[in-house]
Amino acid sequence: MKCLVTGGNVKVLGKAVHSLSRIGDELYLEPLEDGLSLRTVNSSRSAYACFLFAPLFFQQYQAATPGQDLLRCKILMKSFLSVFRSLAMLEKTVEKCCISLNGRSSRLVVQLHCKFGVRKTHNLSFQDCESLQAVFDPASCPHMLRAPARVLGEAVLPFPPALAEVTLGIGRGRRVILRSYHEEEADSTAKAMVTEMCLGEEDFQQLQAQEGVAITFCLKEFRGLLSFAESANLNLSIHFDAPGRPAIFTIKDSLLDGHFVLATLSDTDSHSQDLGSPERHQPVPQLQAHSIPHPDDFANDDIDSYMIAMETTIGNEGSRVLPSISLSPGPQHPESPGLHSEEDEAEPSTVPGTPPPKKVGTGGGGRGRRWGRQQPPELTCSLCSSAHCSSAPSWPLYAPPRAPALCWLKTVRVKAEPRT
Amino acid sequence: MPLLTQQIQDEDDQDSLVASLDNVRNLSTILKHATCFATKNGIKVTVENAKCVQANTLTALRMCYQGYGYPLRLFLEEGGVVTVCKINTQDPEDTLDFDFCSTNVINKIILQSEGLREAFSELDMMSEVLQITMSLDKPYFRLSTFGNAGSSHLDYPKDSDLMEAFHCNQIQVNRYKISLLKPSTKALVLSCKVSIRTDNRGFLSSQYMIRNEDGQICFVEYYCCPDEEVPESES
Repeated sequence: MKCLVTGGNVKVLGKAVHSLSRIGDELYLEPLEDGLSLRTVNSSRSAYACFLFAPLFFQQYQAATPGQDLLRCKILMKSFLSVFRSLAMLEKTVEKCCISLNGRSSRLVVQLHCKFGVRKTHNLSFQDCESLQAVFDPASCPHMLRAPARVLGEAVLPFPPALAEVTLGIGRGRRVILRSYHEEEADSTAKAMVTEMCLGEEDFQQLQAQEGVAITFCLKEFRGLLSFAESANLNLSIHFDAPGRPAIFTIKDSLLDGHFVLATLSDTDSHSQDLGSPERHQPVPQLQAHSIPHPDDFANDDIDSYMIAMETTIGNEGSRVLPSISLSPGPQHPESPGLHSEEDEAEPSTVPGTPPPKKVGTGGGGRGRRWGRQQPPELTCSLCSSAHCSSAPSWPLYAPPRAPALCWLKTVRVKAEPRT
Repeated sequence: MPLLTQQIQDEDDQDSLVASLDNVRNLSTILKHATCFATKNGIKVTVENAKCVQANTLTALRMCYQGYGYPLRLFLEEGGVVTVCKINTQDPEDTLDFDFCSTNVINKIILQSEGLREAFSELDMMSEVLQITMSLDKPYFRLSTFGNAGSSHLDYPKDSDLMEAFHCNQIQVNRYKISLLKPSTKALVLSCKVSIRTDNRGFLSSQYMIRNEDGQICFVEYYCCPDEEVPESES
């Protein structure tokens, strides 16, 4: 194999490697007839990522020397990343990058031709390997959304960098909502802040999903693809199914395409199932009751009506301004402590007419919402006169997951093909 | 302004040594135990590490030393503010004489530092050694590291714009412990040019030319002995 990357594409390649390094520790490099594929999978097999660079991406592309089999190799992500470690330096000094696979010496040779005639050669050791392939089919996912990566990038900006998981769902009015996800913990007082971002349907080029659907996935892994897509100014598509099914994130342009397949948190309340189901891996979605979202789920989660409710309470309840929302899904009340609730303590009394000190919540102004476990107050919406918050707005994922660990494993089936 | 003024006998102070300089540069990152040599050409401050690395710098500062038993007095002046330091001195150990003389130099190159700076910062720290190859034909000047992942080579051709001088008499391949060379990167970052010389024993002398804001020139010099006998080249 021999390929030559020139100009700005060297940095693109470097960025792709940085993206892949967020997922796994080993890079599978496979030159194919339709391009060079770089793939990785994480250690728990809950995330898979693949970039395919078309032959046109390269100034020269030769998948295999004539007469030879296609070689493929697996190298340590750290070693390959070290070649492209400094993206700034790549941009500034590297003019060409030549990658070749020398079967005889078992070395992957990456040669950077830099300014002033300087040449940097890396001889990286590799292992032979089987082809890494994940079984997935975006077309089989019933739900899909597509937006410029920039829009999604701005949407995840408010989330803390350390946040592990995020929930993506469709709310009332076909709004796309991103919400930070925190696992239930015995002493969950640490996770006091929940962040939520709301995007209107108009921000999306395509939105094909019903209200109430939602999935939870790893934000850190998603950010890997997102930063690449933003820098390349591409659109990002998210194909998803029921909770527990892998979500597929794709980007594409004429010279490359990328797929990130991430496990999603399974819906573990009584309506869903399937942790032990062998069918879980099938690309074909299962037509079971659990996959149809409850009409109540998430559809009632209307931030505007909460705001109205808030306004009506100022002056009514001196110390408590923000309505508290019960988090229990429907009639169920989880036994576990649940998300922390500061309002269980008595609030200091405040001067009526002035907003109390804001303790919990996100965002500016009055948009913050309290997360608590007490009964919702009796509130009447001034618009529709219906009692507000009396029924749980819930979204299935507010419920504490019963066995979150299991659903992360083996969501992506990796097929190993023996080398012929 | 002269780099320094040296007065061996100052009638006022009766100091054995008075030297004054008008601009202090921050080259003192390497100074731990410093031995000062006063010579006609300037003050040399010598630092040693494990007896196999020596770094010398000609700096600027007013120093007064009355003699054995007296502290070394330093006067720093900036914008009218004078700082006076008194440092207790120690009995100097014999500094290692690397015995590096110009007559034994086999190969010498002078490079512009900008070409080396990033390379040095990205050196594979998993490698224990840095191998320096100087040859009459390709690759001319090569820096190599050998880490867990494999080997890396950085080649500078003799006709590169970065190469100001290239004098190679015979091919030499020498290895030096990276941990001993790492401290020199600080000088590299500050410098505009570096001269790299190796002698018949494979000892390395690197001199970094640093130009400060006033246009004055200082030099930092490193000596390093080779790690082992020349090995066969690895791929």
